Amino acid sequence: MSWLCLVEYDRAESRIQLLITMASSCTQLCLQCRRFLCSKTVASTWQYCTQVRHCIAITRVPTKILNGSFIIKGNPTTTQAKQRWKQQMFCYSDLAAKHLATQVKEDKGVEEVSTAEVVPYKSPLLPIRDALLATESQMSLDLDAAAKFSALEVISDEEAVHISVPSAIPPASTSLRDYVDKSETLSKLVQLGVNLWKLEQRPNVGSMLLRLNFNTDVAPRLLFLKEIGVEDSRFGYIITHNPFILTESLEHLQSRVNYLKSKKFNSETVASMVSRAPYLLNFSVKRLDNRLGFYQQQLNLSASSTRNIVARLPRLLCGSLEPVKENLKVCEIELGFKENEIQHIVIAVPKVLTANKRKLTQIFDFLHNIMKVPHNLIAKFPQVLNSKYLRLRERHLFLEYLGKAQYDPTLPNYISLDRLVSLPDETFCTELALATLDDFCLFQKTL
Amino acid sequence: MATPAIRMFRRLEGLFCVYKPSGVHWKLVRDSVETNLLKGLNATSSQPLPQEVRFLAHPVSETEAPKGLTLSASSVPVLSKHPLVTGPEFQHIRVGVGHRLDAFSSGVLVLAVGNGNKALNDLYRTRVTRDYTLEGEFGTATDDFSHTGRVVERSTYGHITQDKLDKVLAMLQGANQKALLMYSNVDMHSQEAYEMAVQGLLGPEGKSQPILTGLRCIRFQPPNFTLEVQCLNETQKYLCKVVHEIGLELRSTAACKGVRRTRDGPFTLQDALTHHHWTASDVIRAIRQYHSKRNAKYTHTQIKDTALQPPEESTT
Repeated sequence: MSWLCLVEYDRAESRIQLLITMASSCTQLCLQCRRFLCSKTVASTWQYCTQVRHCIAITRVPTKILNGSFIIKGNPTTTQAKQRWKQQMFCYSDLAAKHLATQVKEDKGVEEVSTAEVVPYKSPLLPIRDALLATESQMSLDLDAAAKFSALEVISDEEAVHISVPSAIPPASTSLRDYVDKSETLSKLVQLGVNLWKLEQRPNVGSMLLRLNFNTDVAPRLLFLKEIGVEDSRFGYIITHNPFILTESLEHLQSRVNYLKSKKFNSETVASMVSRAPYLLNFSVKRLDNRLGFYQQQLNLSASSTRNIVARLPRLLCGSLEPVKENLKVCEIELGFKENEIQHIVIAVPKVLTANKRKLTQIFDFLHNIMKVPHNLIAKFPQVLNSKYLRLRERHLFLEYLGKAQYDPTLPNYISLDRLVSLPDETFCTELALATLDDFCLFQKTL
Repeated sequence: MATPAIRMFRRLEGLFCVYKPSGVHWKLVRDSVETNLLKGLNATSSQPLPQEVRFLAHPVSETEAPKGLTLSASSVPVLSKHPLVTGPEFQHIRVGVGHRLDAFSSGVLVLAVGNGNKALNDLYRTRVTRDYTLEGEFGTATDDFSHTGRVVERSTYGHITQDKLDKVLAMLQGANQKALLMYSNVDMHSQEAYEMAVQGLLGPEGKSQPILTGLRCIRFQPPNFTLEVQCLNETQKYLCKVVHEIGLELRSTAACKGVRRTRDGPFTLQDALTHHHWTASDVIRAIRQYHSKRNAKYTHTQIKDTALQPPEESTT
């Protein structure tokens, strides 16, 4: 073994000298590049570097770098079999270490020059070297070595496993369509009924979904939702509307559900709330508490009726409070309802709180000023505030044309507001207007 | 091969008319018709997903595992063609609007889908007249000539009789007849003009001032009155202004309470779809009805044209 080492030693030494000259030529190139940044040499040096890199990546010939100094060992035994080369490698590296120590002493001057010269050349190769340090392999600049491993050579299974196959998925795309068949997460989401087409139109959602791992990210949250009682068929709806529930941490989700349960929402209610307002679990406990407190205080409601409205319209806990405050002010000042009337309206139809305030005033204006319905009757049938303006108008005008528009409960032939707006067209015609649907249709064309 | 949605869309292409309620902008009408049609189109049954042969490995390992341990060929649906991934088949369709109606007025509004837009352009290139009924009220004048505007003047209307109103209407119609001849760009002393007038073809080519070709009072109950108007190249604002001017001409004031279009070219109130019927199936029926009606009447166009414009005949 010792004689082999000696031979190797000699060879290595000669190799180092050769390399030093090569490196110095490279540094000259690098210095040149500094001066003429835009000249052709830049391109050529870079080409050279990339070539080296390429060669490293393809041949994967073992390299060894020690103590940060730039020692590149060639592979003189190109004709030797690979197995043998591997055997040698261990003693070779030991020897190289020793050799380095002695060499530093022997010709320090040369070494210093070489390292100094090498430093600027290092920079482009640095990231690769770091990577290769970890693999403890050796690098060769001998370009002939690249030719050694042709595509036809038999490689062992272990090596084959480590060859990374570039995947066929495009690096960038405007649509999730290109990724669906490749990505497990996306295909599972499609099978759940998630509308990816809607999601990809939202900024950053597509790349977020692609980065998820089905088993570690998606499945636990779906299991969590199932555990709190959400129906399987609602998963698609929930994720379509709130994909960010997949990135929320499980502890947070659990703590929010616990909070809702601590406020005496029973578990079925929580499940139905979550499935109807998908963003509910993305808000912090503090925010949820804030909302609940607001509704209870602002409307002077009891705890149970607050729970009742929130359970019927869980959207109230998700949205902003400003429009709600505005609507309450509109009801109070513009429409002139009393406080207990507002309370009654909200308990009966919580949607009034999130309705468009222009639509609300338009309907109220028609009800109060044209149909002459007093406030207390409107408060008694708050469902009319939730109906469509056009529908209300054409029905009222039809009844008025027939002489049946009589909304006072104390007089005969009374028509309740509730029935006026909630009945479908056919029953409205037959029961309230006592006319046929065709007549109603013809009447609409005279408006 | 055409999918069911495409086949349905082919049947949707054409002209139809809807009844626009007052207080709604025509753009809103167009948009809601478009969304309803899209809903109908995309609700048709979708194509089955194409199948693809893929080599599936063990569920644990990667799909292209090296040793080919458990690769098995199986046919799986291509998910990238799934409707949840590609989105609905039709995402927008061209819905064109004929002569506009402003938010205040109601009535027949012609819409065209897809290829129908070409037919719509052709329709309006021929000289089409439109019928309106105008509701007026004597006694007030407003800044925008409608009853909702700010009142700028009040006056009495007791002196107005139906005779006086008819006289004013006749005078207005005469002035408009003169304008019609002026805009028709033919020498009035030529044989050509005579022949065109006999056929009732005199009239403006393309754009012109609004011209009232017919004006009639159909109801007179002071202070309310109702006019029936046939006109060319009008706007609803102009019609309101006509009512205002009639009021001034009668030594009183008048404001317009409603503008209602009862006919737009060949489209009448009977064909119009009210807003409950703005669905794909009803629109298909309306389009087919219009086609059959037009084909039946195609041979009698000449007769119909002269019959439609009686006032022009009276001038000759």
